[in-house]
Amino acid sequence: MSSLITKVRQKQIGQTVDTGKRLDGRSLNEYREIKIEQGLIEKAEGSARILLGKTQVLVGVKVGTGEPFPDTPNEGVMTVNAELVPLASPTFEPGPPDENSIELARIVDRGIRESKAIDTEKLVIEPGKKVFVVFVDVYVLNHDGNLIDASALAAVSALLNTKMPNYEIKDGEVKIKQGYTPLPLRSRPITITIGKINDKLIVDPWLEEEQVMDARISMAINDEGNICAVQKGLSGYFTPQQIIEASKLAQEKATQLRKTLKW
Amino acid sequence: MPTFFETKQLVTPGELLAEGEYQAGENTYLEGGKIFASRIGLADCDNKRVNVVALRAFYVPKVGDIVIGAVKEVGFNGWTIDIKAPYEAMLRASDVLSRPFKPQNDELSQVLDAGDLIVAKIASYDRAHDPQLTVGEPGLGKITRGQIMRVTPTKIPRVIGRKGSMISMIKEGTNCQIILGLNGVILVTGKNPDDEELAMTAIKKIEQESHTTGLTDRITQLLKEEKAKREENKVE
Amino acid sequence: MNEKTEKLIDKKGIRLDGRKADELRPVKLEVGVLPNADGSAYIEHGKNKILVGVFGPREVHPKHLSRPDRMVIRCRYHMAPFSVPERKSPAPSRREVELGKVIKESLEPALFTELYPRTGLDVFIEVLQADGGTRCASITAAALAIADSGIPMRDLVVACAAGKVEDTVVVDLYDAEDKLGAADVPVAYMPNLNAVTLLQMDGTLSPDEFEKAVSMAMDGCKKIYALQKEALKTKYMNVKEEIKEENEE
Repeated sequence: MSSLITKVRQKQIGQTVDTGKRLDGRSLNEYREIKIEQGLIEKAEGSARILLGKTQVLVGVKVGTGEPFPDTPNEGVMTVNAELVPLASPTFEPGPPDENSIELARIVDRGIRESKAIDTEKLVIEPGKKVFVVFVDVYVLNHDGNLIDASALAAVSALLNTKMPNYEIKDGEVKIKQGYTPLPLRSRPITITIGKINDKLIVDPWLEEEQVMDARISMAINDEGNICAVQKGLSGYFTPQQIIEASKLAQEKATQLRKTLKW
Repeated sequence: MPTFFETKQLVTPGELLAEGEYQAGENTYLEGGKIFASRIGLADCDNKRVNVVALRAFYVPKVGDIVIGAVKEVGFNGWTIDIKAPYEAMLRASDVLSRPFKPQNDELSQVLDAGDLIVAKIASYDRAHDPQLTVGEPGLGKITRGQIMRVTPTKIPRVIGRKGSMISMIKEGTNCQIILGLNGVILVTGKNPDDEELAMTAIKKIEQESHTTGLTDRITQLLKEEKAKREENKVE
Repeated sequence: MNEKTEKLIDKKGIRLDGRKADELRPVKLEVGVLPNADGSAYIEHGKNKILVGVFGPREVHPKHLSRPDRMVIRCRYHMAPFSVPERKSPAPSRREVELGKVIKESLEPALFTELYPRTGLDVFIEVLQADGGTRCASITAAALAIADSGIPMRDLVVACAAGKVEDTVVVDLYDAEDKLGAADVPVAYMPNLNAVTLLQMDGTLSPDEFEKAVSMAMDGCKKIYALQKEALKTKYMNVKEEIKEENEE
């Protein structure tokens, strides 16, 4: 994914970062403004839309029923899919998910799965036979940088908003009843993405910065402050010292965001 | 500060070769005041210039180089030539035909068709354009007989030898005409297939053993032994 | 919860396959094994068996994928259907697509892509047998295949994973430890430039444990790097040895 960015602009961004600030006025470790709205898609069991600066991501959660995986008969299923919808950016083309949308989905998935946010054992209807399947669909509506954090935050917000249909088992058959129960969430993982420009670490890169940065690292942090997912991206590299620096920065920002979001 | 290697030491990409007042030569690069090897090869130092003679590399076109290529496609006003490089080369019809022509496909394929081999010279090449070839000099043009072989381009100088000594020896010892394309493609034309085979064996041996010593003697030996065998067979 | 009849690591610090916490599985490397590829390499790392072939730099098809200012790298990571206990469909899975991307991003920092504008380098990774840590083994072999093809590199890229089993941070997880352990941290590294080019993690680790795992993985990388260099040199040293022997006869 590369938008056109002029060499002059690239230089500007780099020079500003060197002075410890960014072109949009933020400091190196400042996030853009975050606005989250929940429950806007009534036909979905859960939904949330996030605005991270101008990046806009909508996540819809659908809950269906199905068979469990053969090796985990006592666990429900969660699956995450992401779409870089063509209207979100001139660089997104229509078609099946490409490697960028697959990577995005899998990073969001790991943050939720590895933090054990969803207690999949509570999703079992009939052990070995029928379980709830939670479909998390990430829909990027406007790309202005840092799709990873926006998608991850929106996904957790949507899950917080998700209601599972009530059911009863009558005569060996599963019947959906009236009413809903909130999906039990054990953890609210927060993903922090850090980019590297001119060997300086910046938090929450926006679209133009993404064209200039040479490497990126995302870390998902759970309620206890433990790391449950890490993904380095782009074609540059980090020194081991920079990785430790990034890890400390990610923990700091996750704690701050957790307070702001009241998670 | 001395260099960190012994002359003709086999080095791998990323190996630290020198630090300080040295220049980064062939197949090396400079970063943070240090010179590293960028290809596997034999390292040496010549007047404070650190070089690596690469054991394996691909050909990068250079203006003026003689190359041997195969016609891939016949186009509207020229041919696309495969010169075994990262870039396809072009030979314009206007370069080959001595008179103005009408752009009709048939005419061109009668001059040079897909699969034909040519010896050409690189007339122009830069970062933004594929190499353009010319055959407008004596010795260049379509190849009609002989056998083609390939060696890694970095070995061509070794095949030539000091002041052409090695290649002359092979030519004399096998009675063959040999054209060395700097892109690693070689044309061997002899009076009979056996002579051509011998020349090709000798060249292959040079490619495989170029990083060892005593190669010239071993090639001389090979040619002598073969000649002796031929003499025996003739007598019988 | 699944019942684990045996612990992944016992009180004496010995793992289920007999290794200590900081011990690597055996690694075997061979360079130049595919005559049709521009460069190739084969790795056996524990029970992993992986073959890598590279083609390029060469013209990019379709042309719109090429860049005017650099060489583009395409990496396909693919597992053979018979490489895992349950036959795997040959169609690319989402995991394979992601791995192709992160492996490409781990190799690209080693290449001087600006030197060959408008060309492409194709890296094809075929996992013939998998036993945990295939992305690391693939990177180690792919770097050798690229060096074998004669493309200039800043350094060889080498990769190794570390993780946590029971409460111990260990290096080089094999399949059982990967599936049942608490965390998996694959790392790719260019030793001479002190550059980490791939870093992923799944599981749960405290920040200190994460640091320790990265450090152990890098130590593992340095050991495998020595084997990579040897494998590259072996091809040419053998010729030297053969000639020596011939002369002595």
